[in-house]
Amino acid sequence: MSRKGLKVLVESLTRSAKHFNKSEVECLVKLFDTMVAKASSEYAGAGFDRTVFRDILYNAFGMTDDVVMDRVFSIFDKDNNGYITVTEWVEGLAVLLRGTLEEKMKLCFTIYDLNGDGYISREEMFQMLKNSLLIQPADEEPEEGVKDLVEIALKKMDHDHDGKLSFTDFEKAVRDENLLLEAFGPCFPDIKSTVLFEQKIFRETHK
Amino acid sequence: MGVTLARAAQWTAAGSGAGTLETTPLNESLLNQIIKFAEDFSTKHPQEAAYVFREPLEWKTQLDSSAFGEGYVINEATVQSEAKHEDGQPLLILSASTLRVRSFDQLSHLLRIAMEKKLKEAQACLEANRDPIVKILGPEYGAVEGEDTSILHLFDKVKKESGLETELKMKIILLLHQLDLQLLNSSLKQISQHERLNPATVNNEVNLLKNFCGRGEDTVLESLEYTSDYIFSNGCRAPPWRQVHGEICYLVIKPHDTDPLCITCSTAGVFLNGGKDIDYERKSDLYEDIVTFLRERSPRFVENMPKQTPRKDSEDKGKSSTVPLTTKKKASGKSKTVKIQETSKCKASSSLEDIGESSSETDEDEQPLRHQEGNTDLSAEYWGIQKLAKYVKGGDPTATLIALCSMRDFNLSQETCQLAIKDTGCLEVLINLLDTEEIKCQAGSLKILKDISQNVLIRHAIADLGGLEIMVKILDSSDTNLKCLAAETIANVARFKRARKTVRQHGGIKKLVELLDCISVGSSYQAKDTETARCGALALWSCSKSTKNKKAIRRAGGIPLLARWLKCSHTDILIPVVGTLQECASEPSYRLAIRTEGMIENLVKNLSSEHEELQMHCASAIFKCAEDEETRDLVRKHEGLQSLSDLLDNTENKQLLAAVTGAIWKCAYSTENVLKFQEYKTVETLVTLLTDQPEEVLINVIGALGECCREQENRGTIRRCGGIAPMVKLLTATNQALLVNVNKAVGGCAMEPENMSIIDSLDGVRLLWSLLKNPNPDVQASAAWALCPCVENAKNSGEMVRSFVGGLELIVKLLKSKDKEVLTSVCAAIANIAKDEENLAVMTDHGVVPLLSRLANTNNNKLRRHLAEAIAHCCMWGRNRVAFGEAKAVAPLARYLKSKDPLVHRATAQALYQLSEDPNNCVIMHENGVVKLLLAMVGSTDDALQEAAAGCIANIRRLALATEKAKYG
Repeated sequence: MSRKGLKVLVESLTRSAKHFNKSEVECLVKLFDTMVAKASSEYAGAGFDRTVFRDILYNAFGMTDDVVMDRVFSIFDKDNNGYITVTEWVEGLAVLLRGTLEEKMKLCFTIYDLNGDGYISREEMFQMLKNSLLIQPADEEPEEGVKDLVEIALKKMDHDHDGKLSFTDFEKAVRDENLLLEAFGPCFPDIKSTVLFEQKIFRETHK
Repeated sequence: MGVTLARAAQWTAAGSGAGTLETTPLNESLLNQIIKFAEDFSTKHPQEAAYVFREPLEWKTQLDSSAFGEGYVINEATVQSEAKHEDGQPLLILSASTLRVRSFDQLSHLLRIAMEKKLKEAQACLEANRDPIVKILGPEYGAVEGEDTSILHLFDKVKKESGLETELKMKIILLLHQLDLQLLNSSLKQISQHERLNPATVNNEVNLLKNFCGRGEDTVLESLEYTSDYIFSNGCRAPPWRQVHGEICYLVIKPHDTDPLCITCSTAGVFLNGGKDIDYERKSDLYEDIVTFLRERSPRFVENMPKQTPRKDSEDKGKSSTVPLTTKKKASGKSKTVKIQETSKCKASSSLEDIGESSSETDEDEQPLRHQEGNTDLSAEYWGIQKLAKYVKGGDPTATLIALCSMRDFNLSQETCQLAIKDTGCLEVLINLLDTEEIKCQAGSLKILKDISQNVLIRHAIADLGGLEIMVKILDSSDTNLKCLAAETIANVARFKRARKTVRQHGGIKKLVELLDCISVGSSYQAKDTETARCGALALWSCSKSTKNKKAIRRAGGIPLLARWLKCSHTDILIPVVGTLQECASEPSYRLAIRTEGMIENLVKNLSSEHEELQMHCASAIFKCAEDEETRDLVRKHEGLQSLSDLLDNTENKQLLAAVTGAIWKCAYSTENVLKFQEYKTVETLVTLLTDQPEEVLINVIGALGECCREQENRGTIRRCGGIAPMVKLLTATNQALLVNVNKAVGGCAMEPENMSIIDSLDGVRLLWSLLKNPNPDVQASAAWALCPCVENAKNSGEMVRSFVGGLELIVKLLKSKDKEVLTSVCAAIANIAKDEENLAVMTDHGVVPLLSRLANTNNNKLRRHLAEAIAHCCMWGRNRVAFGEAKAVAPLARYLKSKDPLVHRATAQALYQLSEDPNNCVIMHENGVVKLLLAMVGSTDDALQEAAAGCIANIRRLALATEKAKYG
């Protein structure tokens, strides 16, 4: 890419992604280029696919949940073409690393809404929580515990009592108690990985 | 001796070597017996005493060479006995605090030299020589655990070789054996006094508790059963191989509120075992009996226990009708003492280190006593919380978080919920969560802990579970929110001394101070910084109730930070900041800093805040700081006196009123401030506060009025506002701090003759006089001071004083007090009383002259002045002048003239003038060189001094002339 082209790209991304400054965007673009270079040239250098993306989430951010990682990929991949472009990359990371509460709530809700119908249903919650009990109560069916937990979550968050969580329900619950943002599983890199990532990537450019 | 030392004596560290003897009564009595034995040895058995030990007994002594006298060769720090062994070695050597002794003779001698250090020496000796017999007789005589063959051994030896030495050895070992037996016997007596459980007591307790079991509402337990029905002949139910371990029986107890408990009763006490299927292992602490154990485990048991009335089971009557009454009383009574002991124990242990804790602390330190509620059923909340607790315990971070958030939907300010969290074992899990890396779980847990730590029991439980240490660690977290939560929780938990100490010892104070140090302070306060600082200040506020923490805050650089935040305008941060400051203002260093860092201005400013709590803390900070004159001036300069006066209108908030009146009282120490208060009509308002106020307000109000009385105008104001009557009425109060202030105020008012007549008509002087009998010297002194103006200004005061039966005797007797202030004030009062000749005569009869003379050698200028006044006035009767001379009061008085205090000079000159009427006194004065000193004083501008000095000199001269005339004339 020409220097001028890069400059234009960085400027437009700085505007659209909001949370990064120019030099930071430049770093992310550089990182993107290295990732693309490493990956197969399947997409003609325009992006990288799900596997590479998952590697990044795993290696850089310590995220492990397959379901969540897949969902994060689909959210990044806005045009749904199976690979992530530089714009999608920078804009996605902006929310993932520096999103406002609103942006983060939207992101989480989308992740948790597995079938994309606009609601988090009992079944979706069950799906996400099914492995969350480390110690099974001896006297109960293993699934009973999870079901109870789903009910507890619903009771806490389902304000309109329709048996499923709409975005409004979710938003209200999170605003009351910020800790519920990642109620059904971690969606964001933890603070440590974030700090490490930012240090590593952004410091390189300042040099 | 060997056997006793090895078995009965209580050694601190198990194993040999470095062990030391504990200072227990048992050990002390053992040591005393051994000392007596050794001391008497040389006189009782002179022959054996000369026997030279195989090896010397060697130990580090505290004696030094100077203690040794005859019979020793002393060479600087080394001492050798003159008595020597055949090989030329002295039998006792002391060098560089190591002492070697080789015979009983020397040992007895040494113990006699040691005098009161005897016990220490014997202890050091035995600690260094764990088996002295080996050293004395040789290694073959060592005490062997389990058997003692030394006698047999000796017997063998005696058979083989005969001789003087063996015979001696024989005698010595028999003597030592005797001692050993004697020691063992006496220690057995002591040991057997320790209470231990036995089958009969356990059985009694079980039978008693069975009476209160059942399904009913008020029963204490559901059931309580032995695991075995078979009773061995010794009364135990435990199988023989467990009886060996002291176990008596096993019980299964079903309380109403917890799972069944399997317990073991053993001779050592009661404890939880691993279950009824042959798991005998101890799973809990030892408790002294079943009731104590259950009190710890079952809240329902505690609740219902006091409700029990002995049920009359006719068939049980013979056995239990008397038992329950007494035992039950004992049980409930005991549980209380046990609890109190626990706290006092922890107090005692902490007080060892925390000797300097502030006095306010004891009042604020709390005692964890479980509140008893009428409701005994387990609430819905309990079950709800128990269900959630399951997920907190057994879920991954996500499940845990959902459960934690749901738990907060319960009303956690309610005691049932707080205790449910504790009783379901959830509290432990919450604290364990803090120790994880999961920030969200930590936050969720802290949010709950923050709420439930409002409860005393929970606070103590959190501290016991080591929660404070982890929270202090969290203060280092990179997550601000988490830090805030931890600080807020610490603020709640650190309301008792032990917790505050834990915070300090783990470096918490420094971290909390750092929370106040936010980057944006000084420029614009951002919400987040304010919040962090608020939480930090809250925690510091709680912690600052301990003196050592106050110091730690200062050392961590907290004062300038507090000063900076004091300038902000957020009430929610100002309250903890000012709260901390006023708590710390008990330390002089803080008071100085508050003045020099310009905090007075802000404190004064915030007196006009809208928040009563903030106003209160500001006022009490000023209250504490205004002991210092410059601070008082600053309060006035920043117009704080006006604000304080205005705050007196709020009479509903008693805490605020107490703080405000306190500040006014202290500020009124400065005369300029009193004038300001006059301007604001504060005195009038204060007088209205003399009635219907709690003591802490009254103390300050009357204290303030006492200070205002220094101004004549105020004395009139108080009278006109009708303040005298309530004031005199307060003379009958019992609070000593209050009495001191009342005395002062009444004394102040009595300076006005018009006031005096009111006081007199209300019998105030008699009340003051009877306060001289108060045991508190401060009250005595203030009463005596107050009597001075009364006696001076009352009409017919002489007669009035005489009318108090035994009054004069009482005040003269007070001259025997040990308190300087009491002595000074009483001297002042006596000086006034002695103006009436009749009263002086009575006082003389009660021995006022020798008592005053006895005080003459004081160096205290204030006492000197009033003493001299009293002596001057007491000279006026009979042969008192001569008596003072005989009682050797004149020479010390003469020396007073060298004092630097002009007031002392005046009083002394007057006293000397009176005394100089007696020729003998003149001689003594002359000998003490008063003439020269008095001559200088004749030139003083003080008329009274001038006159007295001149008069005295004249008397001395006249005498000299007369003598000369007699000699040469």
